[in-house]
Amino acid sequence: MIRTPLRPLARILKARERGEDPGAIAAENLRLRHEAIADKSRARAEGRLLVLGAFFAVAFLTIGLRMGTIANSAPEEPRTAATGNPIIGQRADIVDRNGRILATNLETHSLYAQPQHMIDPLRAASELKAIFPELDEERLIKDFTGKRKFVWIRRQLSPEQMQQVHDIGSPALLFGPREMRLYPNGPIASHVLGGASYGREDVASAEVIGVAGIERNFDSLLRDPANEGKPLQLSLDLSVQAATEEVLDGGMKLLNAKGAASVLMDIHTGEIIAMASLPDFDPNNRPQVLLTGDQSDSPLFNRAVQGVYELGSTFKIFAVAQAMELGLLNPDTMIDTKGPLTWGRFRIRDSHYLPPSMSATDIIVESSNVGTGRIAMQIGGERQRAFLTSLGLAEATPVELSEAPSGAPLLPKNWSEISTMTISFGHGISDSPLHLAAAYSSLLNGGTRVLPTLLKSDTVQQGARVVRPEVSARARSMLRQVVTRGTASMGDVEGYRVGGKTGTADKPKENGGGYYDDKVIATFASVFPADDPKYVLIVTLDEPSENSGDKPRRTAGWTAVPVAAEMIRRVAPLLGLRPQIEVSDVASVTLTSN
Amino acid sequence: MMRAVMYLMAALSVMGLAFWAYQENYATQQAIKDVRRLHAQIGDAHERLGMLRAEWAYLNRPDRLIDLAEINFDRLGLLPLGPEAFGNIESIVYPLPDILPITDPIDIRSVTPGGGEDPL
Repeated sequence: MIRTPLRPLARILKARERGEDPGAIAAENLRLRHEAIADKSRARAEGRLLVLGAFFAVAFLTIGLRMGTIANSAPEEPRTAATGNPIIGQRADIVDRNGRILATNLETHSLYAQPQHMIDPLRAASELKAIFPELDEERLIKDFTGKRKFVWIRRQLSPEQMQQVHDIGSPALLFGPREMRLYPNGPIASHVLGGASYGREDVASAEVIGVAGIERNFDSLLRDPANEGKPLQLSLDLSVQAATEEVLDGGMKLLNAKGAASVLMDIHTGEIIAMASLPDFDPNNRPQVLLTGDQSDSPLFNRAVQGVYELGSTFKIFAVAQAMELGLLNPDTMIDTKGPLTWGRFRIRDSHYLPPSMSATDIIVESSNVGTGRIAMQIGGERQRAFLTSLGLAEATPVELSEAPSGAPLLPKNWSEISTMTISFGHGISDSPLHLAAAYSSLLNGGTRVLPTLLKSDTVQQGARVVRPEVSARARSMLRQVVTRGTASMGDVEGYRVGGKTGTADKPKENGGGYYDDKVIATFASVFPADDPKYVLIVTLDEPSENSGDKPRRTAGWTAVPVAAEMIRRVAPLLGLRPQIEVSDVASVTLTSN
Repeated sequence: MMRAVMYLMAALSVMGLAFWAYQENYATQQAIKDVRRLHAQIGDAHERLGMLRAEWAYLNRPDRLIDLAEINFDRLGLLPLGPEAFGNIESIVYPLPDILPITDPIDIRSVTPGGGEDPL
């Protein structure tokens, strides 16, 4: 471009000749020029605005479209940025203290039908009936020929059944994947595990929910994907549990009992090593809840946790231990045991003849109701109640089972003097065998409170002090003497120094009005080894009777004690407890050094 | 001149970066695909493992083991573990020492055939 000079001399001279003002021309030129510049920069600014506008339009459009697609599309799992393991989404396993499986999952299939695709509904119905005899053929035909578009047929199929259904060849019979809860050990530990069932169901999957026991109590934990399938480890020992159930079952049948329960507990950690209740059930095929009648007759009823019974003379040790703790007596203090002990219209007697005065130890060894009643009177109701509460006998156990709150103890409404006396020998208060196990553990482990737990823990519970350690040791020594020279003489297991207390309580009639003469709850509460306590074992038999003699024998000494002894004989070696064998000096070598 | 080279360089670098981004994009997608496949494989393996563990637990359930021990009592003679199974360490005899191998054989003159002269 050739630049036009603002004041070109030639044009100025020419303009002067024509009599024009060169200044005006220059000004005009300048004006034209500024206009041109303004036009240009306006055009550029307009262009920029346009670009910017277009940019914003595109940006908003993009964001809008993206929002639209996100809102309308199905949610997708973020695969690249996902933390954790996306694979393990199953319900977690339940294992015992050694890692053996108690509950796991199995892949299986459900069967459903879409009747609108059915070619020959009658044949399909009859073939299905042939494979699954429990199906109702009439109902199937009605479903298949009616208006329904979708029919569930079975929730779970075995692979063989699935193949048979495949072989029917109907395009309307379809399978959906299912996860099934499997309890490989069958009825072992059934009351602890409880059972599982399906919650919300879909063709593609179904949620498995716990319906009872530990499955229900820890339902949210077992289902939590954040756990990444980490198994729930219980305190149970599968071998011990199996041996316990075997012995208990044998004992129950031999002694013609209606039911039985046992609890084996670690005395220091409160871990329940084995807990059995008979009759039991198979959690893989959980029976229906009874709709009428007594729930305690159902196999689903957990006698060890829910069954609250008057546990009889097993409570005597609490009265004597408390009296020792309060300094009211020592094991050799003589107590008046002359019967009957009369209070108003009540008379307390002993079940067999006893001398008129006995030491506190002998009251436990010979199980004197009168003596224990007199000791309880010295203690008084208020202090007795506080002591039993401190042992956990006045509220439901905190064990991790969904049934635990329903095992709340039955306490007298009015803790009167007569209640104080009868409670001292285990009448007028109802507790579960698990309560008794926890209370015995608390009393005998050195005197600190133990809470029962079903979860594995390696630490000794540091509970509140219940009695002094020396009182605890004296109580153990008394219990040991019950076995060596008292009512539980059948309970001695060579090498394991068993100590324990028997309890035989008449069963109260269901509709009130006194007690049965021929129905008892026989209990043996034991601790072993008595000098260095490790485990507490409670065995309870419901309505046992030993019929080998002339008259049926129902006392715990003849029923619960032999069962418990056999259980200790079987279980103690499994727990790794060495029997204490007298060391022979012949072969032993004494190592000495200076 | 300088400016033209700059433009050229810029254009080339844009093309290069675009190519690199394209490569990375596809490499990432391939990696995601691989991860997905591996996850599926691990999931299958888990499922199989779970199945095997369940089967192992089912075959080792105490009821079955008790039955098997009873059926095979003649051959195995298995009894429940009892207190008598524990022994004292003193009651175990010390193992008898093995006869040591002869590493330094001694020739006995009178037995050696053809021997008669004393080398000393």
